[in-house]
Amino acid sequence: MYLQDLIFALQSFWAQRGCVVEQPVDVEVGAGTFHPSTFLRVLGPEPWNAAFAQFCRRPADGRYGENPNRLGAYYQFQVGLKPSPKNVQELYLDSLRRIGLDPASHDIRFVEDDWESPTLGAWGLGWEVWCDGMEITQFTYFQQAGGIDLLPVTAELTYGIERIAMYVQGVDNVYDLKWDKNVTYGQIRHPWEVEYSRYQFEELDAPFAFTLFDKYESECKRLLARGLVFPGYEMCMKSSHAFNSLDARGAISVTERQRFIGRVRGMAKACAETYVATRATLGFPLLANTLGQLAKAAYDGAAESGVNAGALAAARAVAAYAEEIPHVG
Amino acid sequence: MSADLLLEIGCEEIPAKFVTRALAELPEMMAARLTEARLSHAGVSVLGTPRRLAVIVRGLAARQVDLSEEVVGPPVSAAFGADGAPTKAGIGFAQKNGVDPAHLGKREVPGKKGLYAVAERHVVGQATPTLLPALLASVVSGISWPKSMRWGWGESTFVRPIQWIVALYGAEVVPFGWAELTSGRMSQGHRFLAPTALEISSASSYTEALRGAFVIVDPEARRDVVRGELSRIERETGLKVRPDEALIDEVVQLGEYPVGICGEFAREFLEVPEEVIVTAMRTHQRYFAMTDGDGKLAPRFVTLMATVVKDPKVVAAGNQRVLAARLADARFFFTEDQKKPLAEWGAKLESVVFQAKLGEAAKSMGEKVRRVGEIATAIAAHVGAAGGACDAAVVQRAAALCKADLATGIVGEFPELQGVMGMHYARRQGAGEGVAVAIAEHYLPKGQGSALPSTVEGAALALADRLDTLVGCFAVGLVPSGSADPFGLRRAALGILQILLLWGPGGECAVDSFPDLEALLSMAEHAYGPALNDGQRRGGRERLRAYFQARLQVLLTDEGLAPQDAQAVVTQDTVLRIPAARLRERARGGPGAGGRSSGVQAHRQHPG
Repeated sequence: MYLQDLIFALQSFWAQRGCVVEQPVDVEVGAGTFHPSTFLRVLGPEPWNAAFAQFCRRPADGRYGENPNRLGAYYQFQVGLKPSPKNVQELYLDSLRRIGLDPASHDIRFVEDDWESPTLGAWGLGWEVWCDGMEITQFTYFQQAGGIDLLPVTAELTYGIERIAMYVQGVDNVYDLKWDKNVTYGQIRHPWEVEYSRYQFEELDAPFAFTLFDKYESECKRLLARGLVFPGYEMCMKSSHAFNSLDARGAISVTERQRFIGRVRGMAKACAETYVATRATLGFPLLANTLGQLAKAAYDGAAESGVNAGALAAARAVAAYAEEIPHVG
Repeated sequence: MSADLLLEIGCEEIPAKFVTRALAELPEMMAARLTEARLSHAGVSVLGTPRRLAVIVRGLAARQVDLSEEVVGPPVSAAFGADGAPTKAGIGFAQKNGVDPAHLGKREVPGKKGLYAVAERHVVGQATPTLLPALLASVVSGISWPKSMRWGWGESTFVRPIQWIVALYGAEVVPFGWAELTSGRMSQGHRFLAPTALEISSASSYTEALRGAFVIVDPEARRDVVRGELSRIERETGLKVRPDEALIDEVVQLGEYPVGICGEFAREFLEVPEEVIVTAMRTHQRYFAMTDGDGKLAPRFVTLMATVVKDPKVVAAGNQRVLAARLADARFFFTEDQKKPLAEWGAKLESVVFQAKLGEAAKSMGEKVRRVGEIATAIAAHVGAAGGACDAAVVQRAAALCKADLATGIVGEFPELQGVMGMHYARRQGAGEGVAVAIAEHYLPKGQGSALPSTVEGAALALADRLDTLVGCFAVGLVPSGSADPFGLRRAALGILQILLLWGPGGECAVDSFPDLEALLSMAEHAYGPALNDGQRRGGRERLRAYFQARLQVLLTDEGLAPQDAQAVVTQDTVLRIPAARLRERARGGPGAGGRSSGVQAHRQHPG
C-alpha cells in the first residue's frame, strides 16, 4: 500500500462513518492536536467528528536526513470523535483492518499512555496502540483543553503515517517509502529534512524568533480582546512554533523553558475561553436549534462563575438528548 | 441458604499496574461493604485481566442478619410525665424505633447525668437480593484510581470506560445501573479470539466459561502460562531467559491470553554494554533478555503476545524491526557519548539546576559535585585515620565524575542507566577500575534491602551524595511530609542508614572506622560553606536529627524489633552516634528484639 493510499483509505474509512474530512491547517504546528478542528472543536457542548492528515513540525527531532526513523517533520492522520462513541475501540480496529493490519495476523494492543500537552493546558487518558511491538497510534480520551473541562469527551486517534506505512511496505528506512508507484518519500521530503535541520540547528536567527514570539503573544491578546478567536488562535500556534524552534536551537535555558511554556499555555487558555464564549453567543450552532438555545441559556446562567462552569452547564443541559445529537458509531 | 455472588466489571484496557492495585483493593472493600450490610459469607476472592475485574463472594447468606440494638432517647424527665406515663416526646421516640411506648426502658448513660429513656429496637434482616444492587454499585464506584476519566456524555469516572457489568447472585442477575450501563449476565470473550457476547450462568462457571473464550481470568493461572511460555522458549532455543520477576508481574497484566514468541537482533549490537540492551528491551518493549550457557547476553529476546496469530513469525519480525531501530539509536548515543571525555560531559552540569532553593551559589549540579567531592574526601580521610583502608585519590576522582553521565545522550534516553554508564565510560577511558566501580556504586542502595556498595570508596561516595542532598534540602526547609517526597529525601535518608548499619565486610574495612552520623552531617554542612547561614544550619540539623530518628525507628521496626524497643534504642542522642555504636547490635541485645530479627548478614547483599 502506497503512503498516499494509506491516507486515502483512512479518509474514506472515517468519512463513511460520519467524519468530515478536513484539510491540514496552513500554520506550523507540532501535532494535529493544534489544528483548530481539534483544539477548539473539542470545547463546549457541540458535537464534532473530523479526520484529516496534518504536517507536523518537530524541529528538535531533525537529523539532517541521516536517521532512518527520526524526522524534523512528519505526517499525522488525526481523527477526532466528539462525543467519544461507546464502540470507538472497535471502530479504530476496523480502520486498521482497512489498511491491512488485521488483528488475526498481528499482535495489536492498547498500552497505557497518559497524554499531556503543557503548552495547550490539555490532558487525557488512553493508550498508545502497538502493532507487533511498534507504536502506531495515540488514542486519547480528552479530559481538558485550554484548562477547560471537556464535556462531552472527545476521542482523539492520531495515526503515525510514516510508521504504519513503513510497516505495511516492509521498509526499514523512512526515505525508502513509496509515496506512490513512482515517487519515494525521500524524493519528496529528504531535501527539506536536510535544509530544515541546518536551518533549525545552525541558521535560525534566535533574536528574530524571540521577537516574533513576543509579537505573536501581544497580537494574540489584542485580537482576542476584539473577539477574533481564529486569528488570535493562529498567533498562539505561531508562538508555539517559535518556541519549539528556539528550543531546538538551544536558545532557551532550562528555567526559561517553563516560563515560555507557561506563556503559550496562557494564550491557549485565553483562546479556549474566548472560543466557548463566542460559540455560546452564536447559540452553539452545531447543535440543532432548540438544543443550541437550551445550551446557550444554561451557559448564560452559569458563565458568571467562569467559562468552565458555563461550558459544563451547557453540556449538562443537552446531555439528556445525547441520542439526537450527531455521533459516530 | 446461601449462594455465590459474582461481580464482573468489563472495561477498556486498564493499565497493568492499576489492575494489580485494584485486585489488591477489591476483596477488602467488598468484605467491608458486606460486613456493613450485615451479610455473612464464606470468603471473597478476585480475578482479573486488563479488560475485566471480577469479585466472587462464596456462600453469601440469603438474608441480612437481624439487628437488635438499644437506642438511647431523651432524658427520663422529658420522656415520662410525673405519673410515670410516656410523654408526647417519649411516645414519639418509641414509635420512631418501632417499639411499644409501654416497653421503653430507663438507664444511665456513661458521661451523662441522670436516667435516659431507651428502646430495644429490632430490625428484621432484608433479603440479600434487595440489598445487593446498591451495594455492588458502591463497590464499582469505590475503587480508588490514581487517575480516572470521563467518556462520552457521561460524568461518572473510572480508570477507563466501563463496557459491561455482570452481576449474578446464584443464577439470578442483580440488576443495577452504573453510568449509562445496566448490569446483566452477558460478558465478553477475548477481544480478537472470541469477540462475541458470552453468557455467564453463575459464579462457579465463570472461570471455565471465560477459559473457553480465550480469557485466562485468574492472574495466577496467567502467571503460570507466562512462566510456561518462557520455559518452552528456553527448551526450543537452548538459551536461558534472564530472570526478571518485576517484568513477569507486569506482563501478566498486559493481556488476557499470553503467548510467547522469540525474536533476535543483530549480533553486532552486543558491542553495546549489556545493561543498555537489556534496558532498551525491557523499558520500551517489555521484552525478556536471554543468556547463553556462560551467562552472557544472547542476541535473542522473548515477548508475550496478547493473542494467537496466524503466523507468529510475522509478529516476531515486526518486533525485531522495532528493536533494531531502538538498538541503533542506543548505539548511536553510546558512540557519540564516547567522542568526548566523561569530564567534558560533566562540565555541562554547571548549567543544570540541582535544587533552585539552595540559592545562586549552591544550586547547580556542578556545585553539588564539588561538595560531594569534599565530603567524600573528608570521609576517606576519617576512615584512613581510624585504621581503615579507603583510597582518597580514587574517591576524589570518582566524585568529580560521579554525575557526569547525566549529561550524556544515553542517560538522557535511559535515565535508569545513570551511574552504570558513567562506570562504562570511565572504564573505557582509563579512569581505573576503582573509580569506575565507585561511580556506579554511589547510587546504591536503590531501596530497602537492595544491594549495597561493594567497595569502601563507593560507600563513601554514596554517603557523601545523600548527605549533601539531605543537609541542603533540610536547611532550606524542604522536608518530606506525609507520603509526598518529590526530592527523594526519604530514600536518601534510608540509604545512609542502611550503609551505616549494614555495610562493612569486617575484614576489609570495619564500618566502625566510618565517621558517625553527627560527624557526617558536620562534613556536609562544612561543604556548603557560606551558602547556608547559621540559622539554616541549626534548623536543618534539628529537623534532620528528628527525621533520621523517626526513619531509623521505622527501619528497625520493619526488621522485626518491637516498636517500643525501637523507640528505646533510637533516641535523639544515639541516632547521631551511629554507626560507632553499631546500634543495630545493641538493638538485637535489647529486650524483645531477639528472635525475629533477621540479622545483619541476611540483609547484606553485594553486587556480584
